[in-house]
Amino acid sequence: MKPPMPTSPSADRSAPALMRVPERGRADAALKRRLQAIWEAPPGWRGLLSTVDHKTIGLRYLVTAFVFLLLGGVEALLMRVQLAGPNGTLLTPEQYNQLFTMHGVTMIFLYSLPMLSGFSNYLWPLLIGSRDMAFPRLNALSYWIFLFAGLLLYASFSLGAGPDAGWFNYVPYSGREFSPGPNADVYAMGMLLLGVSTTVGSVNFIVTLFRMRAPGMSINRVPILVWGTLTASVANLLAIPAVSLAFLLLWMDRQVGTHFFDVAAGGKPLLWQHLFWIFGHPWVYAVVLPAMGIVSDGLPTFCRRPLVGYSAVALSTMATMLLGFEVWIHHMFATGLPNLALSFFGAASMVISIPSAVAVFAWIATIWLGKPVFKAPLLFFAGFVLLFVMGGVSGVMTAAVPLDWQLNETYFVVAHLHYVLLGINVFPVIGGIHYWFPKFSGRMMNERLGAWSFWVMFIGFNIGFFPMHISGLLGMPRRIYTYAADSGWSSANLVTTVGSFVFALGILMFIANVLWSWRRGAVAGDNPWQAPTLEWSIPSPPPAYNFAVIPSIESRYPLWEDMLDETPQRSQLEEGLLLTQGRETIGSTALDAIPDVILKMPGEAYSPFFLALFLTGALVGLLLHAWWLAAAMTLACAASLLCWMWPSATLLQRMPMVADTEAGGA
Amino acid sequence: MPLALKIAASPPDAGDSAPFNYFLHSHGPASTPTLYLGWVLAAVCAAVCLLVAGLLAYAIWRRRAAAERDVIGDPRRSLRWVGIGTALSTVVLFGLAAYALVVLAEVGAPPRAAALTVAVTGYDWWWRIDYGDGAQRFSTANELHIPVGVPVRVRLDSADVIHAFWVPQLAGKTQMIPGVSNEQWLQADAPGLYRGECTQFCGAQHAHMSFDVIAQSPADFAAWRARQQQGAAPPPPAIAARPAPSGAAMSQPADAGAPRPVSIAGPALFMDRCAGCHTVRGSEARGEHGPDLTHLLDRRMLGAGLLTNTAAHRIDWVTRVQRYKPGARMPDIALSGAERADLGAYLDTLQ
Amino acid sequence: MNDTAALNVADDAAARDDSALDRPLPVGSAGKLSSGWFGLIALIVTEAALFGYLLFAYFYLYAQNRAAWPPDGLPDLRIPVINTALLLGSSVLAWLAERAVKGGRRTAALVWTGTAFIVGTLFALIQLGEWHKKTYDLTSHVYGSLYFTITGFHLAHVLVGLAILLLLMAWIAFGYIEQRRHAAFTIGVMYWHFVDAVWLAVFTSLYLTPYLFGGLS
Repeated sequence: MKPPMPTSPSADRSAPALMRVPERGRADAALKRRLQAIWEAPPGWRGLLSTVDHKTIGLRYLVTAFVFLLLGGVEALLMRVQLAGPNGTLLTPEQYNQLFTMHGVTMIFLYSLPMLSGFSNYLWPLLIGSRDMAFPRLNALSYWIFLFAGLLLYASFSLGAGPDAGWFNYVPYSGREFSPGPNADVYAMGMLLLGVSTTVGSVNFIVTLFRMRAPGMSINRVPILVWGTLTASVANLLAIPAVSLAFLLLWMDRQVGTHFFDVAAGGKPLLWQHLFWIFGHPWVYAVVLPAMGIVSDGLPTFCRRPLVGYSAVALSTMATMLLGFEVWIHHMFATGLPNLALSFFGAASMVISIPSAVAVFAWIATIWLGKPVFKAPLLFFAGFVLLFVMGGVSGVMTAAVPLDWQLNETYFVVAHLHYVLLGINVFPVIGGIHYWFPKFSGRMMNERLGAWSFWVMFIGFNIGFFPMHISGLLGMPRRIYTYAADSGWSSANLVTTVGSFVFALGILMFIANVLWSWRRGAVAGDNPWQAPTLEWSIPSPPPAYNFAVIPSIESRYPLWEDMLDETPQRSQLEEGLLLTQGRETIGSTALDAIPDVILKMPGEAYSPFFLALFLTGALVGLLLHAWWLAAAMTLACAASLLCWMWPSATLLQRMPMVADTEAGGA
Repeated sequence: MPLALKIAASPPDAGDSAPFNYFLHSHGPASTPTLYLGWVLAAVCAAVCLLVAGLLAYAIWRRRAAAERDVIGDPRRSLRWVGIGTALSTVVLFGLAAYALVVLAEVGAPPRAAALTVAVTGYDWWWRIDYGDGAQRFSTANELHIPVGVPVRVRLDSADVIHAFWVPQLAGKTQMIPGVSNEQWLQADAPGLYRGECTQFCGAQHAHMSFDVIAQSPADFAAWRARQQQGAAPPPPAIAARPAPSGAAMSQPADAGAPRPVSIAGPALFMDRCAGCHTVRGSEARGEHGPDLTHLLDRRMLGAGLLTNTAAHRIDWVTRVQRYKPGARMPDIALSGAERADLGAYLDTLQ
Repeated sequence: MNDTAALNVADDAAARDDSALDRPLPVGSAGKLSSGWFGLIALIVTEAALFGYLLFAYFYLYAQNRAAWPPDGLPDLRIPVINTALLLGSSVLAWLAERAVKGGRRTAALVWTGTAFIVGTLFALIQLGEWHKKTYDLTSHVYGSLYFTITGFHLAHVLVGLAILLLLMAWIAFGYIEQRRHAAFTIGVMYWHFVDAVWLAVFTSLYLTPYLFGGLS
């Protein structure tokens, strides 16, 4: 049964159709070759600067973020050597202050979210049955801005001008009077850049989720990683403006002479803390919820059964994020706010653990009722569950207001935040790399080295960070470059230093595994784990077009439908929409994924790279007080945007003109 | 001076080896309810971790009947356990939250009116402590004396950046925010020495900004206060000969035998080099940038908890402060050998 | 799955809901089905949050300041009210322009868009005039910092909106925007409406609430 001829309202038969019935069928080798030619990026420098392939961008994010993880780790190890014993002399106070600040900035902004963005960028279209993200060029832009922001921060750091007032950057210390150097300005400009990068990335994820799912993938069938990233992205849209504004106001106070935080003129230092933490608290959920999603999607594969309580876990993801906006004051319990306000926020901070408890029990139940497959990813995911709970309960302790008056700003909080950040972000990330490495590269990682690296990391982590609870309970404050011999903190610190090096060894083992396996690992095939979700139905690594045939979906675990046999319906993976008239994918309704438009996707473009470059240049101009440079760069940004936004006939943003058809189509 | 030595010499408390250990030691009603709250929370949290670890281990390693195909459990049954676990967690959390709120009410405000109000101002990187007002007003630095057994209100201000005041074994901490006057209370139920420290990153020497709280019997406290309210005694009249050369003078312990002779150069040197920043009530030195030195020898430590207060350390601090506390607002003051002896002898009179 | 089973299932699927897959679908950037439209909504959400935080900073500092607020007394409302009306009017004009585009009336679209541009420019000029009349500036005191920063943020958005209106006019003239495809116009005009809505919030906060809170400073 051949599909009817496409209809066109235009009398001119050479004009492209504004409406057509999407072609359906099966994909043969010829079709796949045609799709590859349509979707493949050009080689060499051209491809490097102009690619909009979400898989390439995803890998770039993963690699770049991991490099920043290593840099942040080196900073941490230097600090640990300094703190291994009392009265350390390795570092001066100024050096130490830059190190602890850069460690925080690097891990929190240059590693934790970009790493998850890397996973989501690579995987989302594969998980939802699409050929691309909603905004391919925006995707490239968010990566380039992230890279340039990181380069700006590290270039400045190497010159001794990196941020040095703590990643919280409290005023008045970070104001001009007490931090006259450029350090806080560098931080401000870096944060403005990262804010843009993360915001456009979030926009991309949200629109992709609501518009680009394969037919039949209703909202209750998407993987939990998608729920996690979606929730984080919505939160980022609402939270990032707070910190961008805070840094802009700080820069203005420092360089323009405004008085937002200037006590003498009516400004308030607490305004900084409010704006910063109104962003900061939702942010910490944004950097863990997608990672929790990785585990929720990975555990079923290694327990040979669906996730227990999918809906509960999805709802708990959203509930956690929502509550995450109501608790920022728990970072400010010691600021002298009225006890009534503190009571409310303290109670909310304890209650926010309840949705997390739902997820923890769901994971344990999934393992309990499943048949564990003892591969490296399972180790990381199971280890994560324990570290999650340990980090979570130390958070419950700090949520109790009077106890927080003791624990706040001590190493107890440092222990808590590392348990939650490494436990809930790093361990799932490493497990996720083990899990999806075959899909990215077509090869398996070494299983024995993977298991060993897990145990070294897990043991090293706990030896390193558990004693921080102790030193915190013994009264050791944060952010001190040394301590006296009679303070009682020496033993705990020495153990922590040893543990941190053991953990670093585990990371090195993991890196060795990745590097070796990328070229020499066993060939993987499409679905080496016999996993249930869509990304495992296409080759490893995936072709440029992802899906030769856009599938239609009938359940959460399309590749397990025969095994689960829950309903008679089956997802249709071999036959479906072909969409081969250029770069195309299907757009569908937000909740039920009923197709409603054939989307034309943009191809390679240089404008994202240049826009990122010019934006960075404009902010560097502000940094250097080179106003002419800032103005010129802003104009260049406008020009890049104009090129980007110019309506394209290929994308059917406008009707083609005669000139377009004569030139063979724009 | 004798008092300072007395206190340093006697073991302050059982928590001496870990003077900031608030988890096991509390010496007043502003911190004791929190101590118990901490134990209960820690116990519950540890129990939860052990329980989850046990469940996880069992889930992973429990024996499973071999089956040819994967057996998928009844989804509703498995959800029930998720529900039970969550419900239990909720009950426990609400209970802990209620307990925490009760403790908040207990330690958030003193049980009765404060017997004493002290104003503490945070500076980079030392503590200015002001008592009383009007003619009875006096300032000291880095050492807070309080009477035992009564609530003391501490008013907290900052002269520059955000600091935080914390005496772990007596009370929780509160930020000192410029432009805002915060308050907290504390109470010591036993006489002794309690250590305190700054707990909000405030710059290069945040690590070296501690202070002492000395709790005394009411009589001792009254005596201390009376002595503090007096200005410095004028130095004994000059003796003709200059003191011994620098080496000998510095090696002499401050309290050994007769007071050192004070040449007339000492006070003049102080006025010339130190009075711009420091105050000595009873003299003409009225500097406001650094600690009040009127009763310098009364303090246990120098430099906000950095060095013990001995004659050698006093001169060392003056001449090499940047070595001990790089970045401190006080510069190294270059002194010749004779000047060291003169100044040292003068400082020895600030009892 | 063997082939027979696959075909059977495919037929079932066809019977079931592939009516959805067998009808013609729009192709490309089709008005409010386009990705760009959704992208703009997301952008509006985040920009609205930004203005929300700006106004939060304003009210926070207002509540914490004992000094007279505003320092030069209650603001004179006459010009700002007129200016607000102008901006709202320009939204109406933009809406008329969009109707003209949808109706295929090119000249009318150009005229309405151009008029919206002129009225918007008038708003910006009057706002600059208001700035000029102030006896203080960004660095005078905290109120000055807030006033000029908040209205400055808004004015920057107005300038971007004016550039967009100009661009839309150019694209109408080039024939890029017409009845069948005009997603860019819908998106651009929505941005302009957003800028106007933000002004309502800014106007209320900066100009009206001092009257509301009257003698509370």
